[in-house]
Amino acid sequence: MTMKRIEAVNDFVVKFANVNGSGSASANELFAKSFLRMGIPVSPRNIFPSNIQGLPTWYEVRVTEQGWLGRRGGVDLMVAMNPQTWNQDLKEIEPGGYIFYDNTKPLPASKFRDDVNVIGVPLTEICNENFTDARERQLFKNIVYVGALASLMDIDPGVIAELIGEQYKGKEKLLKPNLNAFQMGWNYASEKLKGMMGLKAKRAYAVGERIFIEGNAAAALGCVYGGATVCAWYPITPSSSLAEAFQKYCSKLRVDKDTGKNRFAIIQAEDELASIGIVIGAGWNGARAFTATSGPGISLMSEFIGLAYFAEIPAVVIDVQRGGPSTGMPTRTQQSDVMKCAYLSHGDTKHVLLFPEDPYECFEFAAKALDLAERLQTPVFLMTDLDIGMNQRLCKPLQWDDARTYDRGKVMTAEMLDAGEEFGRYLDVDGDGIPFRTYPGSHPTKGAYFTRGTSKNSYAVYSEAGPDYLYNMQRLLKKHDFAKTLVPMPLLTASQEPARFGCIYYGSTSPSMQEALAALAEKGIFVNALRVRAFPFQDEIYDFVQSHSKVFVVEQNRDAQLKILLVNEAGINPASLISILHYDGTPITARFIAREISQIVAALNVRPIKKDKAA
Amino acid sequence: MTYVLKPKLHHPTLAKNKVGFTRRDYEGKVSTLCAGCGHDSISAALIQAFWELDVQPHRVAKLSGIGCSSKTPDYFLGNSHGFNTVHGRMPSVVTGANLANRDLIYLGVSGDGDSASIGLGQFAHVMRRGVNMTYILENNGVYGLTKGQFSATADMGSTSKRGIKNDDVAIDTVSLALLMGATFVAKSFSGDKAQLVPLIKAAIAHEGAAFIDVISPCVAFNNHSGSTKSYDYVREHNEVVNFMDFITGRPPIKVDYKDGEVVDVPQHDGTTIRLRKTHPEYDPSNKISALTHIAEAAAKGEVLTGLLYLAAESQDLHGHLNTVETPFNKLSEKELCPGAGMLEKINAGLR
Repeated sequence: MTMKRIEAVNDFVVKFANVNGSGSASANELFAKSFLRMGIPVSPRNIFPSNIQGLPTWYEVRVTEQGWLGRRGGVDLMVAMNPQTWNQDLKEIEPGGYIFYDNTKPLPASKFRDDVNVIGVPLTEICNENFTDARERQLFKNIVYVGALASLMDIDPGVIAELIGEQYKGKEKLLKPNLNAFQMGWNYASEKLKGMMGLKAKRAYAVGERIFIEGNAAAALGCVYGGATVCAWYPITPSSSLAEAFQKYCSKLRVDKDTGKNRFAIIQAEDELASIGIVIGAGWNGARAFTATSGPGISLMSEFIGLAYFAEIPAVVIDVQRGGPSTGMPTRTQQSDVMKCAYLSHGDTKHVLLFPEDPYECFEFAAKALDLAERLQTPVFLMTDLDIGMNQRLCKPLQWDDARTYDRGKVMTAEMLDAGEEFGRYLDVDGDGIPFRTYPGSHPTKGAYFTRGTSKNSYAVYSEAGPDYLYNMQRLLKKHDFAKTLVPMPLLTASQEPARFGCIYYGSTSPSMQEALAALAEKGIFVNALRVRAFPFQDEIYDFVQSHSKVFVVEQNRDAQLKILLVNEAGINPASLISILHYDGTPITARFIAREISQIVAALNVRPIKKDKAA
Repeated sequence: MTYVLKPKLHHPTLAKNKVGFTRRDYEGKVSTLCAGCGHDSISAALIQAFWELDVQPHRVAKLSGIGCSSKTPDYFLGNSHGFNTVHGRMPSVVTGANLANRDLIYLGVSGDGDSASIGLGQFAHVMRRGVNMTYILENNGVYGLTKGQFSATADMGSTSKRGIKNDDVAIDTVSLALLMGATFVAKSFSGDKAQLVPLIKAAIAHEGAAFIDVISPCVAFNNHSGSTKSYDYVREHNEVVNFMDFITGRPPIKVDYKDGEVVDVPQHDGTTIRLRKTHPEYDPSNKISALTHIAEAAAKGEVLTGLLYLAAESQDLHGHLNTVETPFNKLSEKELCPGAGMLEKINAGLR
């Protein structure tokens, strides 16, 4: 046989094809984590259906010593555990790659490809010999294949034993059969499959202090640290695990030790309209509150968001974006709520958006959003997505400075009122467009006002007079403009060589973008890249576009939503922007970005800088 | 509406309550509703109730939805914070506000257009959650601000001012509140202040979701002979189940009651509701018989008024959620932020 074989160390993609509800998730996570413990970065992704049991589900692990955490595309090893998707899974494997399957019932040659290496392990047979319970026979198949893969790929068995030990700490009954099942797979592969696998793990030191966490959990933790006491939500994929993580962390971190009482309230509301209503009620009354939702929920919240904007009430909305429109692709990722959130609700409205790139920023920006909402007295949107939210991602350790205090914004207290300070609820006293507010119940005779979604004068008195309306609408614009000084600045990745081209990107595109920049530089295409981290846009974004002849705007939606926003809000000439759009529901890849940019650069007739010349 | 501004100076001989306020201190802006509107009578009853209860006006938060009734919080308790929210969704905003500061008194004012149509879901859920509030539904069976369309509480077969017949079944909000778990349910009539004021006082003292449906005739669009929510119709068909005293430790407030059996119902805050029965068989602590009585009265074309249901035990949302006594809006970094040391530990568990 002269079949080509992919040989790689610490740089490949393994994909597990499973059936939803078969118990594969924890085994697959064990596999991914074993690389981390060997000091090798991994980037796993769940690719799952909107279903609880029975439909196909995949788990893709990119092993990447270089630390490229975006989705690579292509598969080197397919662990094909789902007969329903066999044909499609087989097709996806790179030439020279591997297919691993349960060969208890051998498949005919017609079921394979000439250019794919076949590795069979009789998983069913092994489990049937060793376990009597039907459920166990099914569940332990997953651990058996992890054992076989560990042996084939030189994964340190000590690391796996350690991980299993941590997982079943205090549950000795489960610990032992799991370790046994792992050993069964290991033994079989060690005896019968030696030398059949060209993909290998080798201890490295590339993980460092980094942590491995889902964006939703990190954002929930950011809300705990940022002082949110009220969470109102309605279950919707892919945001549900955020509220559930908030519940989990609060039960550990927010219970008064002396009384056993909670310093938090979580309401699973009847719908998204009620969720945002509860958040606005709490914000109006001086508590920090948030909701987590996704596109359909955002649409439902539209009317209330207009109220919070116009009546100037703090609210934090975490939008874990999924594929739209309508019910769209509930379990796939997109960045397609950008325009919707920027201008949510009827009439002239504009909101503050934050774009985190990973769980670290989900934590950081969630806490920041709670500060911004109170400082600016307005809704603030944390625009994460399914790719960040529902996948464990390697990121910097979360950070908190104990000297940090919450920015409660302009609140006029009873003492200030007694001291004779003038209170106009919608009065701009110092030019930033932000008025003072009072908390209900503060003072017996001063500072009470009526909050409404109808127009009013600067003293909160109902008014439909043109000048009163204009005063508030223009002040709101001024306030939105002032927000530029408070939101996270864009971050520049400067090219090693002078670059004609710029590139703007945001959110979960980040790891693939970084990898694409490196790949392009290899080919002599140098691009300066700017990661936009918030809306409203700072002047630096305009300046960046002005200093390049063309700027690519890379997004994960069909309609170039950030580009439209840049043209509309940053005064940028659309002719200087070129959209690169990826929106099939899978996370954008470096291969895609690099290919698109290379093609456009070639079409524009730009000769790459020769590598030797550049050096 | 009237164009005469209220004088700001109070007469020095006006009686003050225990907390040092005159009745005038509980008033608000001049109403912009039509002269004779039932809603203004309810506002007057609210003013009376809060004054008699010795509540400091600023300790009340008054919230409403959208519509004629929802405008009224501007016309009483001028020193309280008010919030005109969005149509039908006052309940969720009250829920959030109540979670943020459990120490204030929450009054929700709504109408039948607001609560029985778009707001029906939120109305049901605020009752079942037991949010500690008084929910007043000013029920006139008609959309006033948009000029006379039927609301979902309009009785089947009643006619509009334009002569159109309503073919839809009316939503009975008191039965719904009972089914949804409200622990205090009453029905009254805006023209019966003697009945309404003690009911409001008892509702405010009640810990949990207290609901009062007040029939409040619309003089502009629903006070004609084809209406079942006109002043004349309600006066003719009102069937009172009980009269009530509300005792706060001061001499009981006099109401025009009839002789009959007396039941004292102690409340969580130390106050007492004293019921004087006119229907010997009416037991307001029995939810099932309350539902039956309401249904029987409706079948006879009567409107049952009075305290229809009062749960023996009630717990509010804060009780369900086991929240701390300190209002959330007074908690600081010290109580809320677990700190950098804890974050280090969390990080360590994520490697």
